[in-house]
Amino acid sequence: MPVNKSFSSPDAAVADIFDGATIMVGGFGSFGGLPINLITALAKQGAKNLTIITNAGGVGFELSKRIKPEGYQDIGILFENGQVKKFIGSVPALGGMPPTSPIERLYNEGRVEIEMVPQGTLVERIRSGAGGLGGFYTPVGVGTVVEAGKEKKVINGKEYILELPLTADFALIKAHKADALGNLVYRGTARCFNPVVAMAARVTIVEVDKLVHPGELDPEVIITPHVYVDRIVEVSK
Amino acid sequence: MKVRLDEQTIALRAAREFEDGSVVNLGYGMPALCANFIPEGRRVFFQSQNGVLGYGTLATDEEKDYELINASDQPVTPSPGMCFFDSAVSFDMIRGGHVDVVGLGAYQVSERGDLANWGRPGRPATGMGGGMDLAVGAKKVIVTMLHTTKEGKPRIIKECTYPLTAKQCVNLIVTDLAVIEVTKEGLVLKEIAPGWTVEEVQALTEPELIVAPDLKEITL
Repeated sequence: MPVNKSFSSPDAAVADIFDGATIMVGGFGSFGGLPINLITALAKQGAKNLTIITNAGGVGFELSKRIKPEGYQDIGILFENGQVKKFIGSVPALGGMPPTSPIERLYNEGRVEIEMVPQGTLVERIRSGAGGLGGFYTPVGVGTVVEAGKEKKVINGKEYILELPLTADFALIKAHKADALGNLVYRGTARCFNPVVAMAARVTIVEVDKLVHPGELDPEVIITPHVYVDRIVEVSK
Repeated sequence: MKVRLDEQTIALRAAREFEDGSVVNLGYGMPALCANFIPEGRRVFFQSQNGVLGYGTLATDEEKDYELINASDQPVTPSPGMCFFDSAVSFDMIRGGHVDVVGLGAYQVSERGDLANWGRPGRPATGMGGGMDLAVGAKKVIVTMLHTTKEGKPRIIKECTYPLTAKQCVNLIVTDLAVIEVTKEGLVLKEIAPGWTVEEVQALTEPELIVAPDLKEITL
């Protein structure tokens, strides 16, 4: 009998996330694909000194009102709450906006550490960690601040830098549907980082629009196989 | 009359570079506007880092679906033949040379085509997003930018002073004043905004411009 992966609420699914944990979060920007129910549950749960690995640092509720009058929540809430020690990602703060995103303010005050990683390198470091590899050589970042302190190698006459894998204690992701085993399908561009992040953590927690019985998802279109998924929460849209 | 092109018009001019059947990625800001200006009779496949190939235009308010967005978090429309994939596959596509053209914004471009488009003084927490991967991986890099800073200083300069996105990656610069090609010989002034003289554009450009023998006015 397979274990029951279904959790009754986002709160229950993130209850054991501990202080100092490394957490990968799926999604891409502020919308579509961000597991916002798990993020807000983590904000409520209050774990501190977290290392967050995700593409973007979010804009936070105040700045979001400049984009949508009613405002919206994104991962910025974890920075507003002071729960994050270190951020690893490609867009900590948006360049075009006034500098009011929570992570930017904390960084300028010296209260959060940032490791800036080009987007494609970030997702590949996650895939590398997920697949048990020791890293990879990429031409991206050569001749820029990104190459500082990294091993360089010339392969077939072209310069590359060595990038190392990333893994995490927990992954928080969003999918469209799960079956009870944990097989996942996604919808539209909400797929983004989610299937990669799903594979790279000890404990992967997914929020889905709909939970169905095994057999109800076409095996030909399943993107994330169930072995990668530990906890499932169905959330209403 | 002497005019500076507005952002929509710069995007319109840049979009004319997209060939029929090409795969095009559009960066944050002005480049994203190009999606609305594909010349009639051409089919362009828009690729976006989050994981979509072949979306349509920017969506109107009625069409908005936040599970169909570009890499700038803007809702876009579906188009027949559109497909989705994860971001790792998306960047395989980009680094692997399957993107024909990328449109990127810029703070500065050097005379050799070095690009600085993600960091500036006083804003150490802004990131490069997918710009570095795109600048290195795309076959052709088109920059859309304003020719000068708010203070009227050139942004096309001899050496970039802001953090680099990638070295020697820019092929074409489309600004509110000119269309400039980056060549081994230097920056070639190909087109000029209505009412402007070569001398006036040169005065707002730090490196020496090579004037194309067939220099023409930007027409739309």
